[in-house]
Amino acid sequence: VEALIDSVLVGVVLLNFMLLATSRLSALINVSALQGAVLGVLTVIVHGGLDARPLLLGAVAAGIKGFLIPGMLHRALRDAAIRREVEPLVGYVTSLLLGALATAGALAFAKSLPLAPEHAGSLLVPGSLATVMTGFLLLTTRRKAVTQVVGYLVLENGIFIMGLTLHAAMPLLVELGVLLDLLVGIFVIGIVINHIHREFSSLDVTRLDALRE
Amino acid sequence: MTVLLALVLVPLLFAALAFATASERWRPWLVPAGGAVHLALVALAVRGPTPPALGGWLAIDALSRLILPLLSVLFLICALYAPAYLRVRPERPNRVFCAGLLLFLGVMTLITESHHLGLMWVALELNTLASAPLLYFNHNPRSLEATWKYLMIGAVGIALALLGSFFLAYSALAAGLGTSLLFDDLVKQAPHLSREWLHGAFVLLFVGYGTKMGLAPMHTWKPDAYGEAPGLVGALLAGGLTTCAFLALLRFVQIASSAGETKFASELLVAAGLLSMALAGVFMARQRDFKRMLAYSSVEHMGILALGIGIGGLGTFGALLHVVNNALAKGVMFLSAGNIHRAFGSKTTDLVSGALRRVPISAALFLAGFFAVTGSPPFGPFVSEFTILRGAIESGSYGVAAAFLALLFVVFVGMGATVLAVVQGEPGGERSDFHDSPGTVLPIFALMGLVLLLGLWIPPELDALVRDAARFVAAAP
Repeated sequence: VEALIDSVLVGVVLLNFMLLATSRLSALINVSALQGAVLGVLTVIVHGGLDARPLLLGAVAAGIKGFLIPGMLHRALRDAAIRREVEPLVGYVTSLLLGALATAGALAFAKSLPLAPEHAGSLLVPGSLATVMTGFLLLTTRRKAVTQVVGYLVLENGIFIMGLTLHAAMPLLVELGVLLDLLVGIFVIGIVINHIHREFSSLDVTRLDALRE
Repeated sequence: MTVLLALVLVPLLFAALAFATASERWRPWLVPAGGAVHLALVALAVRGPTPPALGGWLAIDALSRLILPLLSVLFLICALYAPAYLRVRPERPNRVFCAGLLLFLGVMTLITESHHLGLMWVALELNTLASAPLLYFNHNPRSLEATWKYLMIGAVGIALALLGSFFLAYSALAAGLGTSLLFDDLVKQAPHLSREWLHGAFVLLFVGYGTKMGLAPMHTWKPDAYGEAPGLVGALLAGGLTTCAFLALLRFVQIASSAGETKFASELLVAAGLLSMALAGVFMARQRDFKRMLAYSSVEHMGILALGIGIGGLGTFGALLHVVNNALAKGVMFLSAGNIHRAFGSKTTDLVSGALRRVPISAALFLAGFFAVTGSPPFGPFVSEFTILRGAIESGSYGVAAAFLALLFVVFVGMGATVLAVVQGEPGGERSDFHDSPGTVLPIFALMGLVLLLGLWIPPELDALVRDAARFVAAAP
């Protein structure tokens, strides 16, 4: 099982790199959706059996991260008729290099943390930190509202992986945290994107620059 | 049903009532009504022995005994301002706004009462959600931009706080301890928590909840949000929301100091505190938008709070007293600034001058509030800031004390220039039919009176509350 978990996590990290290198908005959304769906499967694998609680958490997470939010983002793209490129503030090669640095940093940092015996040697913690950093990179170096939402989702994915290490011991904390955060993603971001679209007829956050020093 | 549960549910009930009320004219009065009932319940809860509710998830301790009455009083006074304010804004429907204000009160109460790591995080998340429609009250592109930044930065902060909470939980797991996430248990087992995870948790929680508090360099949402929100909302955010986030941070300072990591925590707090004050000083100089100026003033005061806690000892007492003074003084500033904004239809000093002539009472309160906020005697903030200064000198950190004094002076000069430009001179800008009226100035007088009172005389009951809270936070094993 541990080997399976690790290979899935390697897949998640590879998806991180794809997110950083993607130049088309719809592809970006699809990759983040795939990552979300993979995390749903990972929930069940980490638990190691087919119990109701992890199955439910995995299904709900995959449903929201893999289908619902990406669907909303795709609709926003279509309705707003915005340009299909990501238009990063930092080039793709630089993004990839920064992503690689962040991943290496996550590995090194996770090594210094003592793990509970059941997670010794697992990639869960470094995988989580690397994904959080990738989300952070996407958030800060991409200019469109849609890409910022994707960055936030990837950040959430990283936190979700961290939550998996705790789910067996403290299921309620993890479920509360993860599901509520997704709720924010859906309601607020969905609604605000809708309003931005109506007010500015564009989803480019660099247009949101009336307020600055 | 216990009082603690009722304290959360009553505002929610009033919010539902406000949402269901059809009359635009009568609905705003439900806000102070809800606030009054809440204050009565708070008096009951703080006085008597109040048993914990929901299996210890909700409880009242020395910290909440201090913060909860403060929030309730601030909310009630701001709520009394709401009907008069909404009457001068008949063009905006107020259904969502009134319900949102009451929802905000309920969620703030939940934060102060939560004694569970997860529940407190949920409450802060709900707080972000509840305040978004309040910020977006004006429904124009600028307020939308402010709301977007507020939500995006707030959501990232809250997400990092969740990661920090996971780290903290894992620090118990990695050390082979129990899985209780109640704060009392965490404080008790703090000395045995895994050190590395605890450090990581503290940094993440500091960044996460520090973002909600608006500490530099995570303060970037604040000028936009406070600049575009109605003055009433600014008062509740700068006095209420930031206080709640500070309370959350204090819970982790308490865990860190029980774990014997006081030094680690206080270095972080002092650095962020001084940086916040310095950045606020820089951006306040020649700031032409007086509402944005108030936002930077809020950044500065969050810095003062962090600094006081970081210094420890007398500094902790000073910081907790300053929470009270800051919340009340910010109420004065934001509400009077809101009146001046209404009277001139603008909030930059390019178009606003001579406020003392057009809205004399609001402008006088704005000026008095400025002296209070910048720590001039005889107002409350002077006493608390002086206490923090004494704390710094007593603990031997002369460098910190000198920097603190110098930064207070820089802020005073920078803020003074803008404030004087607003109140002095001949009235400029466009005329509006807004005038000082009892509904829009009496609540500010009430806040100003409290700020003045706290500068002249601290009631022994309040002194005892602050002392208990300071002892509670600093309690090392």
